[in-house]
Amino acid sequence: MITKRIIPCLDVKDGRVVKGTKFKDLNDVSSPVELAKFYTDAGADELVFYDITASSDGRKLFTEILTETASNVFIPLTVGGGISTIEDFDRVLKCGADKVSVNSGAIRNPSIIGEAARLYGDQCVVLSVDVSLIDGVYRVFAKGARENTGMEAIDWIKRCVDAGAGEVVVNSIDTDGVKQGFDIPLLKAVCDAVNVPVIASGGAGCIEDFIELFTEIPDIDAGLAASIFHFKEVEIADLKEAMAKAGIPARR
Amino acid sequence: MIAIIDYGVGNLFSLQSSCKYIGQEAVVTADPALIEAADQIILPGVGAYEDAAKKLRESGMADIVTAQAKAGKPLMGICLGMQLLLEKSYEYGEHEGLGLIKGNVVPIKGVAPDSYKIPHIGWNALEFRGRAAEGAEPLFKYIKEGDHVYFVHSYYAADCADSTIAVTEYGAELTAAVADGNVYGCQFHPEKSGAVGLKILQAFCEL
Repeated sequence: MITKRIIPCLDVKDGRVVKGTKFKDLNDVSSPVELAKFYTDAGADELVFYDITASSDGRKLFTEILTETASNVFIPLTVGGGISTIEDFDRVLKCGADKVSVNSGAIRNPSIIGEAARLYGDQCVVLSVDVSLIDGVYRVFAKGARENTGMEAIDWIKRCVDAGAGEVVVNSIDTDGVKQGFDIPLLKAVCDAVNVPVIASGGAGCIEDFIELFTEIPDIDAGLAASIFHFKEVEIADLKEAMAKAGIPARR
Repeated sequence: MIAIIDYGVGNLFSLQSSCKYIGQEAVVTADPALIEAADQIILPGVGAYEDAAKKLRESGMADIVTAQAKAGKPLMGICLGMQLLLEKSYEYGEHEGLGLIKGNVVPIKGVAPDSYKIPHIGWNALEFRGRAAEGAEPLFKYIKEGDHVYFVHSYYAADCADSTIAVTEYGAELTAAVADGNVYGCQFHPEKSGAVGLKILQAFCEL
């Protein structure tokens, strides 16, 4: 039986993981390579590297970090942040990324999804979308969740999947950082609308939040989180054990 | 030394890195002399079957790989590379494979219930079959039944008969690995399957 994936997300700026961590057992707590190795050994099913660098120097550093990670870590790697062109896809895939996540880049230029899917395959193209409920309608936000595009979210996600997005990461702006659980109604609506893997993001505060996610939405494929893993509020091994106990298929 | 066949299909960075990581020299090559000198051969592949089969033949790699396999050298196809070792594929038409292992490539959609998402992406468990179920499969000597490996595919190998050494459950029984003598195929990606995948590559290097 296919297992539900647990995915730590690392925000990388100028070659360093931005959010601080409390890993006393690591020599360098903000080294993306060290953290990636740690999470792989801890049982992470996949890793997301999010490049939040603005400068071209920082971008070069990011690809170096990515290359070093992919030389030492042998689980799937998804890369996102600042992906707007086919050249961006090419740059990170050559450094060992398996999938590329596109967010604002697809809002500015929706044809990038179809172009990338034709070149690299659907499985390589991940749509990442920031969503908030505004006056009863799910809306797509751009520019790091700061700007309401006015687009209806479920419709946007469907269009991108039809164009070739092989996977969707749904970030709920409304639950992100609140640590009161994932946005179940939003995620259910997305799972009902598309037949590609859906990854839940935003809101996980404890192990029970993941159990609720996978129990309430049997169709959801993965749960993604950042700080709760970085701050060891949730240990991946404990999470996997709790999933197994709850009858949720987990790789251990 | 392992020769990873370069025929213009897919990204071989992780595969080469994973071989290096377990201490094996691995070259990505289309040089017949290097392939002949290699101890093992890996045939990688992602993308569309028709295009890959064409490139494999036009590059001359199909003949070299076939000759080396028939001479007894350990060969492992990975993902689409595995499917190319079979007899035929029905992915958008009908295409000839190398015919080194019995079986045909058909859509998962036809066998898994409609509620199952296509492609089959993620970590799934191996169930041993054939010589692996008898505990006699050297490729699996460092892993155990039930270990998880990483899959990404929309088509799978059917009709492999006695060549099947592992399957995985996805609403139907999908072929996960095949073997016939010295020729192996893995539908999953050992280079993306963490410690379990590295152990499979290690065992392959010891064949």
